[in-house]
This record gives sequence, C-alpha cells and structure tokens, in this order.
Amino acid sequence: MAKVATREAYGKALAEFGADPNIVVLDADLSKSTKTETFLKAYPDRFFNIGIAEANMMAIAAGMATCGKTVFASTFAIFAALRACEQVRNSICYPKLNVKIGATHAGISVGEDGASHQTVEDMAIMRSLPNMTIMCPCDGVETRAAVKAAIDLKGPVYLRLGRLALPEVHQADNFNFELGKGIQIKDGSDVTIIATGLMVYKSLEAAEMLKAQGIDARVIDMHTIKPIDQDIIIKAAKETGAIVTAEEHSIVGGLTGAVSEVLVQNYPTPLKAVAINDTFGKSGKPDELFVEYGLTPENIVKQAQEVMKIKK
Amino acid sequence: MDKQQLLELKKTAVKIRRHIIDAVYHAGSGHPGGSLSCTDILTALYFKHMNVNIKNPQDANRDRFVLSKGHCAPALYSTLAVKGFFPTEELVNLRKIDSFLQGHPSLKDVPGVDMSTGSLGQGISASVGMALAGKLDKKDYRVYTIIGDGECQEGQVWEALMAGAHYKLDNLTAFLDHNGLQIDGKITDVMSPESLPEKFKAFNWNVIEIDGNDLEAIDKAIETAKATKGKPTMVVANTIKGKGVSFMEDQYGWHGKAPSKEERDNAIAELDQAMELLGGE
Repeated sequence: MAKVATREAYGKALAEFGADPNIVVLDADLSKSTKTETFLKAYPDRFFNIGIAEANMMAIAAGMATCGKTVFASTFAIFAALRACEQVRNSICYPKLNVKIGATHAGISVGEDGASHQTVEDMAIMRSLPNMTIMCPCDGVETRAAVKAAIDLKGPVYLRLGRLALPEVHQADNFNFELGKGIQIKDGSDVTIIATGLMVYKSLEAAEMLKAQGIDARVIDMHTIKPIDQDIIIKAAKETGAIVTAEEHSIVGGLTGAVSEVLVQNYPTPLKAVAINDTFGKSGKPDELFVEYGLTPENIVKQAQEVMKIKK
Repeated sequence: MDKQQLLELKKTAVKIRRHIIDAVYHAGSGHPGGSLSCTDILTALYFKHMNVNIKNPQDANRDRFVLSKGHCAPALYSTLAVKGFFPTEELVNLRKIDSFLQGHPSLKDVPGVDMSTGSLGQGISASVGMALAGKLDKKDYRVYTIIGDGECQEGQVWEALMAGAHYKLDNLTAFLDHNGLQIDGKITDVMSPESLPEKFKAFNWNVIEIDGNDLEAIDKAIETAKATKGKPTMVVANTIKGKGVSFMEDQYGWHGKAPSKEERDNAIAELDQAMELLGGE
C-alpha cells in the first residue's frame, strides 16, 4: 500500500470537509509544507495567509472564532506550540475558542532540518493547557477521522502531524474513531504497548517480533493524548501487568507522562518508555535518527522484555 | 453631535470614572491610571457609536470591542455596567473570589466582553481576526480596539498592524491610548516606540491624531474612520494618564495602584464636583 504522511492526509481532509462555509484556514507561509494548500486550491476565499507571524496568526484565529468560525491555524509544530505558546494559552484556551491547530512537522522525523525544527516538547506543553484537546494520529485514515472529530468538537484542538510518509495501520472501510478512546489494534496478554503517531506501526512490528519469542503483546493506538483514555490503560494494566509506551516525543510530559499519571493514581504498574530521552534532535535521515534515538521496533522489543522482568 | 448629546456623554464619562475609582478602591489593586485615560474613548464608543444589544450580548451583527490593553478592565467593566450589561452594584466586587469580574477581561465570564485580554499585544490581533471574519461574511459590523503606547513595545502589535493593512480592513478602528507612561516610567525612557504616528502611517494605516480626552474630537475621528475605505484607521489619542483625578494625572505611579480610603474619597469628591458643573448628579 502507498505510504502517506499525516500532513498530506490533513490537507486532503480540510479540502474534503471544507465545504462547510464556517471553516476557515490560516497558515504562516508554510502552506506547501503543511499541505493547507490543498484547502487553498479548493476554497481560496476562506484561506488566509498571515505571513511569518505565528503569534499573530493564533490570536487572529481566536478573533475569527469569536465570530462563529471553525478556524484551522497551521504551521510547524515547533512554532505552533512553542513560538506561539502564550497566544494559544491566553487567546485560545482560556476563552475556550473554536480553534484547531494543525501542527505539522512534529518530532525528529522532520529529519535533515535538524534540532531547531524538531519539536519533541510540544505535547507536553499543549497537554498542560486547560481546555486543550490533543490528537496525534498514526496514519492517513486516522488523520482524516481526527480532522472530522476536531471539526465536530467545539473548542481548542491541537493536531500533531508529521512530515514523513507512513504505512497505513487502519483500513478506511471499517474504521471506527472516537475522540478520547484508544484503539486496541492487537490483543495480547503478556505486555501492552501503548503507542501514538508513527510509533504505532513500529509497535505492530515489535509485536510480531515478540510473538516469535513467544511473548503475546497487546498494542493500543492512543490517538488522543488529551483527554487520555483511562479505561483502556487501566484495563491493559490489569490484564497484562506491564506497559511500554512508545512516542516520537520527549519522555517528559507526553504520552509517557499521561499514561504514567493514570497508572500511578489508579493501578500502579511497571512501565518502560520508548521516547526521546530529554535531549534535542539533530540532522540526519529519519531512519538514521530513529536508530540513534531508539525509536525502533527493536527498542520496543527490548523495553517489553525489560518491563516483563519487573512485572509482578 | 449636538450640545445636549455632548453634555450627556460628558456626564456618562464622569459616571464611569467614579465607578473606576470605587471599583479599584474596593478591589485593593488594579489599574486606575490607564483606565481613566481611555474612559472618554470608551464613552464615545459605547454611548454614541457602537451597535450593541444589552439583551443579547452575543448578537452576531453587533459591533465588537477588544480592550487590547486589558489591564484597564475597570474602565471596560464600568462602561459595560453603566451601559446596562450588568448591574453597576457588581463593580465593587472586581477581583473578588466570588465575582465574575476577573482582574483582566474574560469573555466567558463577563457579559458584553468580546475578547479575553490582558497579555499585551494579543487583543489587536484578535480584533484583526474579527474584522477579517466580518469581511468574509460580508457583514457590516465594525470592530474597535484600544491599545496602549507601552503595549507598542510588543512585536505582535506590529504583526497585527501589518495584517490589518494587508487585508484592507476598513471595518477596523484602533485607538492608541497615548498617555506616554508605563509601569516603570515614561515610554520614551523605558524603551521608546516613537514616533508612533509615523510608524502607523508607514504600516499603511489611516492615521488621525486627536486629543483623546476630548469627546467631540473622538466622535469626529470615529466618523472619519467609518468613512475611510480600503484601510484600517488608527486614532492616535493623546491622553492624560489618570485623567479627571488631579492627583493621579500624568503620574506613572498610578499605573497599577489602588487608592487609599482618603484618596478614594478625594477622587470621588473631585468627580462629584465635575458632575455638578455639568449639571448632573
């Protein structure tokens, strides 16, 4: 099957659902990269380029939202979550306005551009903002569903999207997506891998490798980081007794943080993380970077073995 | 504007100033100086020009107002209360734990507030967004905002000005509350943003310079802005910080300080006297 980047699916979904005249799309001079250009071509009257001024874009989006618009504001995740962080907090989240932040080029899979453009902190920052909803889809099918869910939800949403083309995990025909509900994509009884974004397909690969070793791993696609699906986490902890989280994000405050918070307060369970270990990224090809930072099926397998050693 | 209308506006401005002093006094903190300097602008907007509906504050066709210098919430709240959005009795509860009157404007909490502000530089961008939405929807509502001169040190103000001119938002009118003072002193000593009128012109805005505490001049400037096509208008309103309370006038120390009981009483007495001279109560 042809690979598709989540940013690509995002642009397509905006054009697909963009017939709704209340939808407007803003970009900060990156429409060719964020793929909002697809919407621009379909609905030029409802696309506004704000130029290289992300802070301004977020507050303009807020102003438009007060006038009944469903506003998608797009730029690279590093600028959306960090450059414009305080605008997102004070002008969007505090008044709970209907702004959807389409944050592309998240994580180290940006590749050659290097650390200045590779945000591994964005989910941690966005997750700490009250009223914010965060989705990090794992493939094109899920991205389309996430965009639809974002439109249906009245309030701020942060959509974490990537540059890299990814294999499809889900089938378009019979895909059920519910915001805030993780999807168990493989059952298993020995250990649970909870993954988000591009780590989901790597987790499926890891589960196959574990199977060859006689380990039966459950895999959960946690597309919504906030609000996190507590039920599916606690159920997995009770039934498998060991958790591995996998995310293309800092170990601080993202999926690992969210899952840990649920576990320690409800059902303390051993956990190992596959995540960026509190460091900046660097230039390189995405596949080289995945190896360097341990975002590989092999490392998921290793962490699964480790966590099973301390499982009760 | 006829003489009777002007007289009524002047009385309303004094009324609002009394509420500002009283609200900040009861709160024990807040920003009286900048609130008093922009009172006349708010008075002209809400009591002469703006189409708002106190029974339906969310009316889609209403004119919008954004207080980009959000710390002057006492002025906005007093204006909204006198206008009738909520009872003036609530004003003394400003900043109190059980009150809806947050320290800075909050659209979810306060009827009549169109945008949450308080972090400088963001409100003017939001007003650009509202004006852009108005153009998109082909609605004829107008959008007004007040920015501070100290606020112009924030780079975002200039991003917003650029966008306002780029999208030819002639439905947007901004007021610069040009009182020349900020928390640490004179704006020209702290970090000079001058010359502001020339900068606004260079950003391709229609610029009108007036005495910002003169209700007639404000009224005329708004009329000119309404008639201006193809670009947004910046009214450079030269104001006096603390206007209307002699011991607060042009004193940066009154930027963010509440009056004592005695100071409050003196200020109210002075405003009562001003009201008496206008023939009001």
